Amino acid sequence: MSEAVLRLGLVGSPNSGKTTLFNALTGLRAKVGNYPGVTVERREGAATVAGRRVVVVDLPGAYSLTPMSQDEEVVAKLLAGELAGVPRPDAIVAVADACSLERSLLLVAQVLRLGLPCCLVLTMIDELGARRGKLDLPRLEAALGVPVIGVVGHRGVGLDALRALLGRPEDWSRPPILPPVASEERAAWADSVLAHVFHARPGRNRVTDAIDRVILHPIAGTLVFATVMVLFFQLIFAWAQPAMNLLDAGVAGAATALHAWLPAGIVLDFLVDGVLGGVGSVIVFLPQIVLLFTLIYLLDDLGYLARAAFVIDRLMGSIGLEGRSFVSLLSSYACAVPGIMATRTIPSPRDRLVTILVSPLMTCSARLPVYALLIGAFVPARRVLGPLGLQGLVLLGLYLLGGISALVVAAVLKKGLFPGPGLPFYMELPPYRVPTLRLLATQVWGSARAFLRRAGTIILGVSIVLWVLLHFPHVDAPAGTPPEQAARLALESSLAGRVGHAIEPAIAPLGFDWKIGVGLIASLAAREVIVSTLAQIYAASDEGTSLRAAIRADVDPATGRTVFTPATVASLLVFFVFALQCTSTLAVMRRETNSYRWPAFAFGYLLALAYGASYVTHQVVTALWT
Amino acid sequence: MTSQFESSTLTLDALPQGSTAVVEGLEGASAIEQRLRDLGLVPGTVVRVLRRAPLGDPTEYELRGYRLCLRRSEAARVRVRNKADPA
Repeated sequence: MSEAVLRLGLVGSPNSGKTTLFNALTGLRAKVGNYPGVTVERREGAATVAGRRVVVVDLPGAYSLTPMSQDEEVVAKLLAGELAGVPRPDAIVAVADACSLERSLLLVAQVLRLGLPCCLVLTMIDELGARRGKLDLPRLEAALGVPVIGVVGHRGVGLDALRALLGRPEDWSRPPILPPVASEERAAWADSVLAHVFHARPGRNRVTDAIDRVILHPIAGTLVFATVMVLFFQLIFAWAQPAMNLLDAGVAGAATALHAWLPAGIVLDFLVDGVLGGVGSVIVFLPQIVLLFTLIYLLDDLGYLARAAFVIDRLMGSIGLEGRSFVSLLSSYACAVPGIMATRTIPSPRDRLVTILVSPLMTCSARLPVYALLIGAFVPARRVLGPLGLQGLVLLGLYLLGGISALVVAAVLKKGLFPGPGLPFYMELPPYRVPTLRLLATQVWGSARAFLRRAGTIILGVSIVLWVLLHFPHVDAPAGTPPEQAARLALESSLAGRVGHAIEPAIAPLGFDWKIGVGLIASLAAREVIVSTLAQIYAASDEGTSLRAAIRADVDPATGRTVFTPATVASLLVFFVFALQCTSTLAVMRRETNSYRWPAFAFGYLLALAYGASYVTHQVVTALWT
Repeated sequence: MTSQFESSTLTLDALPQGSTAVVEGLEGASAIEQRLRDLGLVPGTVVRVLRRAPLGDPTEYELRGYRLCLRRSEAARVRVRNKADPA
């Protein structure tokens, strides 16, 4: 039997340079997943150090081993060997920023008491020098009783010495006396150690001071914040569009190729609409995700994200959330999928969950085609207030309804679902640092890959199921039927068409008939799908003018009244403000909360809200209009 | 000087921007106080008030070689005395 692989646990506070060190040691071979039962990210990577195979475990950032957050609980349990299914590390590599040792030693003291072989890696020793700090490493080694190595992770300084050290933890010296337990005594211990080893304490970080004078200035800082947030919005909303169009064109090209290769029929339909359509609806999110995460990781690594949270925290605090929820909710205005993925920057699991649960209420770009169809068809293009048109005002109202509802629901969920004191708010403002391209690329690629693997498979599966519902049982139209009519006939006799009829009594109080019902079922895949489905049902030749005219003219044969009354249109618009008609969002929720319960809850409460609000809207508008 | 008499009730949230104080202690032993201690807010630690957020809360402090933001509700749990005052 070969020797068991040595497991090294990297332990350190957030911003300690732990991740950079992890990447430097393991290259791009990290395996990313979740710890069992929780949403805490698990990162491990294989490396060879001093001729020995080791597994490096990048533990979540922790300020203390007395856990407060889910992340810290995982760290505390894992280091104590109490995390089921995850082996305790054989040795610990404590990672600390050389410039904030006064704080970091409080955690190191706890780590030293664990009884595992331990060494201390001081990161960013170049910055210590730049700030005219001088540290006596041999003396620190003697004072702590464990090996100490200084590195500059992103430049590779000190990494050879570190690798040589990591290969033989059984030789590491152990502390002769353990540091004290109580926090006051621990701090006194840290102070006495540092008094002994610092020849010169690091001075103020002048660069960070200078940037913060602008970035955190009451007026300039607010302007910078607004600019960055507009940039965020613009990025996901508009700048991702060319790449998304390109992917769309690619999928369309593949469909054309399939058409050329295969005979017309059910197999071709399945491959084109079911499989290719499903793949398309997965990869179409990639530009947004890659762009959003590039910006988020860049701003986070630079140190701006914490500053943005600092600026907006008061506002978010009023609804029970915190500053870091803001960026995620704003991203959800473009698309909830990257928005939900962006909640990873929120440390409190409750705040993160509440943010995830309300993000579908932010008006995403997939609602626009639906709003455009209904507003374009039924709201007169009248000017009401100077340059403001009635159509634009209705659209603005829908955006506001979504945003305000999200804030109200967040406040209610925070109080109702998670009463009692949560985490105290505390946030470190790290010094500004320029991340390396490599670090940035690793982070972005990790997020994109996670989306493709975890959410992509679900999205693809559901879109295939929906395709089957919309196409079976298949009824062939008599020969000579115009293609539009044939499509309508096939849809009406399909399972989805039958379900549309079956749910008609349930949706009739909202003013919806079976055709809208089929559209709602189809839009479970993605909201905008209702437009193309209605185009099929109404046998419209295009999804623009022709469809608008068709739904305007539609008359219920039983009653002789128009189907799309003002009340029905208003009710349908409101339904789309609330309902979670998006498989991708559900799939990402499932991935990010690591459970089926929360996406089910979100779907349920939003459906109830949509139904209630649409019902009230239908009643009110009917009463007002007649 | 009246500050000597007031110092027993002075808390971190009440310090003006730019001032420096020394932590005297924390009331209570809940998880929140424990965390504040783990963040370095223990007796003897020197804290400087750097700035308040544009909307007045939270506040950025400097202590133990790093910068920490706290809301008023948390900062109010930390008793401090002005740096010039005797212990």
